[in-house]
Amino acid sequence: MALRLTGQGLSKAFNRRPVFRDINLAATDGETLLIAGRNGSGKSTLVKILSGILTPGSGTVTIEGVGRLDELSRKSLFGFVAPYLQVYDEFSAMENLQLCAALRGLQGNTQAHEALLRRVALDPARHDPVHGFSSGMKQRLKYALALAHQPRILVLDEPMSNLDAEGMSIVREIMREQRSRGILIVATNDLTDIESFNGKVDLNARS
Amino acid sequence: MPGARGTAGRWIRAAVAVFLKDWRSELRTRYAISALVMFVVTTISIILFSLGGEGASPEVLAGMLWVVIFFAAMSGLSRTFVMEEERGTGMTLSLLTPAGAVFAGKLLFNLVLGSGLTVLAVLLYALLINGFIIKTMSIFLLTIALGSVGLAAASTIIAAIIARANTKGTLYPVLSFPILLPLLMTVINATRLAADGVPLGEAVGEFQILVSYIVVVVTASAMLFEYIWKD
Repeated sequence: MALRLTGQGLSKAFNRRPVFRDINLAATDGETLLIAGRNGSGKSTLVKILSGILTPGSGTVTIEGVGRLDELSRKSLFGFVAPYLQVYDEFSAMENLQLCAALRGLQGNTQAHEALLRRVALDPARHDPVHGFSSGMKQRLKYALALAHQPRILVLDEPMSNLDAEGMSIVREIMREQRSRGILIVATNDLTDIESFNGKVDLNARS
Repeated sequence: MPGARGTAGRWIRAAVAVFLKDWRSELRTRYAISALVMFVVTTISIILFSLGGEGASPEVLAGMLWVVIFFAAMSGLSRTFVMEEERGTGMTLSLLTPAGAVFAGKLLFNLVLGSGLTVLAVLLYALLINGFIIKTMSIFLLTIALGSVGLAAASTIIAAIIARANTKGTLYPVLSFPILLPLLMTVINATRLAADGVPLGEAVGEFQILVSYIVVVVTASAMLFEYIWKD
């Protein structure tokens, strides 16, 4: 059965100030959902709600096609990359990957982790503490962390932030692969970040 | 799909991962350990200087021991949540692992840290403070064990509450005091009984209060934590 993510009647307010109201969206396996909007329109809030980091003020997020899930399994459906998501600076890239697997309740696989770090071109620095990384290297590490458990739903908020040309090329390849593996959700106000999309939520039109 | 045992196993693995992460992080940064050790050493030194060669009654000495432990705990046990908020890793943690596993891991970390703090404070206090003599060791050891657990349990949930506030440092002891007051009064009384040399049976009432306190605080914390943690 195909995976399907649906958001119905989603609203959120902070300190009684509404961020957005009555958002409806849906995406199925192989699709890309674009969430667009100017700064402050609620793109990040919406992707946090879809990923289960925030609870909506009203409305529901449902995932069909995976049966009944416990909380850990639901969390493991998602991979999430965003500039505001921080990694543990005092640990190395490899340690962050092992920690990430353990926090998901999974066994870490050192060879798979090394392959992931090679993929995002971080393998030469894999044992260095992350506090010495540049912001671009940290963004690459976030991609490795998000992909480590092969998520069915990959959520990217401002996917190209802090990346150089090589990093952007790696991310475009990751996006292409995700479309063949599951759902891709991209929140951005720069349409050049994304090659194509199947559905679009325009938060400018709703605020 | 994982069965119930598989789910429980993954949940426990996640909780242990939270504990080990905090422990490794603490060993590398030494934020909480340094604060706790410095506070214990400084406070006991001040008590030592202020008492001079004079002795004090067992009631006063028992009270002062727990004053040292309370304020030392206030200086260090909030770090586990405050660090996550200050570094912005709280969101990463809530993305990866369930709130219950985060609470269990953090509680375990504070239990280990709080017990270490109590042992250090008691050892230094017994070595340096004149007149602090325990006559019923069984009452004292049980008091120390239950007191450490109660202190860690209450400190953990209060730390989670204050971690997102702007005035964390001030708010922590202020909010902790009324919540920890029943615990402090009971452990001070039990320590006084241990110093007086009463038999173990006479302190049963104190232990019942301590066990009830721990059960209530841990149960309420486990039920409330998700709401505190998520938004």
